[in-house]
Amino acid sequence: MQFGLSDEQRMIVNTTRAFVEAELYPHEAEVERSGHLPLDLIRDLQAKAMAAGLYAANMPEEVGGAGLDTLSWLLYERELGRANYALHWTCVARPSNILLAGTPEQRERYLMPCIRGETWDCLAMTEPGAGSDLRGMKASARPDGSDWVLNGTKHFISHADIAGFTIAFMATGEEDTPRGPKKKITAFFVDKGTPGFTVRDGYRNVSHRGYSNAVLEFDDCRVPAENVLGEPHKGFEVANTWLGATRLQVAATCLGRAARALDHAVSYAAERRQFGQAIGKFQGVSFKLADMAMELKAAELLTWEAGWKFDQGTVTEADMSMAKLKATEMLAMVADEAIQIHGGMGLMEELPLERIWRDARVERIWEGTSEIQRHIISRELLRAVGG
Amino acid sequence: MKVLVPVKRVIDYNVKVRVKADGSGVDLANVKMSMNPFDEIAVEEAIRLKEKGLAEEIVVVSIGVKQAQETLRTALAMGADRAILIVAADDVHTDIEPLAVAKLLAAVVKEEAPGLVLAGKQAIDNDMNATGQMLAALLGWSQATFASSLDIAGDKARVTREVDGGLQTIEVAMPTVVTVDLRLNEPRYASLPNIMKAKKKPLEEKTAADYGVDVTPRLTVVKTTEPAGRKAGVKVGSVDELIAKLKDEAGVI
Ligand SMILES: Cc1cc2nc3c(=O)[nH]c(=O)nc-3n(C[C@H](O)[C@H](O)[C@H](O)COP(=O)(O)OP(=O)(O)OC[C@H]3O[C@@H](n4cnc5c(N)ncnc54)[C@H](O)[C@@H]3O)c2cc1C
Ligand SMILES: Cc1cc2nc3c(=O)[nH]c(=O)nc-3n(C[C@H](O)[C@H](O)[C@H](O)COP(=O)(O)OP(=O)(O)OC[C@H]3O[C@@H](n4cnc5c(N)ncnc54)[C@H](O)[C@@H]3O)c2cc1C
Repeated sequence: MQFGLSDEQRMIVNTTRAFVEAELYPHEAEVERSGHLPLDLIRDLQAKAMAAGLYAANMPEEVGGAGLDTLSWLLYERELGRANYALHWTCVARPSNILLAGTPEQRERYLMPCIRGETWDCLAMTEPGAGSDLRGMKASARPDGSDWVLNGTKHFISHADIAGFTIAFMATGEEDTPRGPKKKITAFFVDKGTPGFTVRDGYRNVSHRGYSNAVLEFDDCRVPAENVLGEPHKGFEVANTWLGATRLQVAATCLGRAARALDHAVSYAAERRQFGQAIGKFQGVSFKLADMAMELKAAELLTWEAGWKFDQGTVTEADMSMAKLKATEMLAMVADEAIQIHGGMGLMEELPLERIWRDARVERIWEGTSEIQRHIISRELLRAVGG
Repeated sequence: MKVLVPVKRVIDYNVKVRVKADGSGVDLANVKMSMNPFDEIAVEEAIRLKEKGLAEEIVVVSIGVKQAQETLRTALAMGADRAILIVAADDVHTDIEPLAVAKLLAAVVKEEAPGLVLAGKQAIDNDMNATGQMLAALLGWSQATFASSLDIAGDKARVTREVDGGLQTIEVAMPTVVTVDLRLNEPRYASLPNIMKAKKKPLEEKTAADYGVDVTPRLTVVKTTEPAGRKAGVKVGSVDELIAKLKDEAGVI
């Protein structure tokens, strides 16, 4: 086993961190305050991110990405994850891997504009009545001649406000399986402006100020057959093939924010004096630091190991779920303790801690709730013994 | 024209420096090390010369411990073409002194025959501010130090120097040694695609002995101490009081 970073990985970390600190941090307070990213700021930061080769660096070289292995990509995600989510997601975008599953024409039409920074993607699966149980979805598509006609509602759809299109997952029939009937799902590209497709403002959300979720309505929305992503009825197969690593992406970005919170806590504990000494001299504070650092390291090791195994082809669902679960729960604990160590100051908007603490909350819910991750991990254990 | 850029591996400027318990120097064990920021500016300037078509090849050199190859890789990832590592020490705490560095660089210049050496004005670890000047003297070349702008036209270079009290513009004959100051440019990030490409660029490894240079220290460090902590400030009630204090107590106006 080998735990050191390669020269390339070290430099990727350096460049990404330097960029995040110099270009993104200075805009955080304003984005948090206004809840909004002005377009000229987006364009300016996109141009800088492109010059540094950071934009869409998750993509393979042949489409203009950096061609990173999974572990290097996760190191890059960790550094981006330090900053306000809206800033890094929008201005240093990583187009969804699922766009690589498209036909050459679909890549040209949807993937390439995302890589060039002309638009963004969004993925619509969740519905008011179907969250963790996605297969329970009601939104549907029926074939009509060579077209498909889409009907239904999706909610919580991130970035739909700025995206030029969505990838909508729709029920397209049912099949019988030994465990009962099962819905067949198909993924469709739907362009903004397609008649019958409406994007409405979503809910106001405690986490990640500056970014929005939306409600998507499909009302007899007609799309041609060439808008199907992958094969008809194979929508979840496409998603499982291309979106598995997004759990690791969530984990890695949480590592970055936890590291930032821990840095603040350590410096503060060393400097802040009460009762005649630095508060870091009190075990009540110093033992918190020890636990925070240990939890962070444990989450890092789970994430790096899963990332490494991803490229070896040996990663399991449980590996990725463990990394996501540990990193998101660790972040909640580290953010909370970092605030505690800062006393009253920790709650104030002058420091990034109250935000990191708020932002941590959604991480245990999206990309599979903590309960669903535990379900995946335990299912793998039990299945191995026929349970 | 070939441009030679010496780059030094130094303690990262963000690191809070700690003095070793025995006072022999600064503790460098497990501390983040980076390229000397002035050398980054020199690498950036060399890349800009290449982009303008004024330079064909950028060769970076680092002298010190083996780990300095990380610094060279960073320079290659920024855009340098080729690297030479001269291993001259085993212990990360050994600092190779300016004269030894200048002699080694002079030997490299003899071999590589660059038209320009672009160096940092000083390294942020020991602040010697001597290597570039010594190198020019050993080579018998012209020198322009503390450059805040550089224009090359034919066999002349026009350099604006940041001197006490203002800017001075001088013209020097090429080949020349230019040492760069903070305001010359803003170094680019080593871009991710270039980082991936840097692995394939040549990095030649040599030793000080290969050049017949003796790097034994000539200087003795007597003592290293932490800077005195800052004293608590005072609040003044009015501008008049401030002026009075600056005049009478601080004696600065
Ligand atoms: C800010 C935000 C942005 C989002 N962005 C997107 C997006 O871009 N695209 C998209 O498609 N979706 C998105 N989502 C949806 C997200 O993936 C879902 O919220 C998540 O899958 C959980 O679904 P739910 O909210 O409907 O909760 P539910 O599934 O209703 O869960 C409620 C509770 O029941 C628990 N539970 C459910 N099933 C089980 C079980 N079998 N065993 C034990 N416990 C269980 C859950 O863990 C949870 O605690 C977003 C959500 C949020 C909050
Ligand atoms: C919203 C808000 C409203 C407030 N309103 C008022 C008000 O109206 N009037 C007023 O007077 N004050 C007010 N306060 C101040 C509040 O009482 C203090 O924030 C609180 O007493 C903690 O002090 P501190 O924030 O300076 O943290 P510190 O005392 O600096 O504590 C920092 C950390 O060190 C720990 N620590 C300190 N000493 C020890 C020790 N000996 N052993 C172990 N751990 C230790 C603390 O538990 C904490 O984790 C308010 C604070 C807030 C956040």
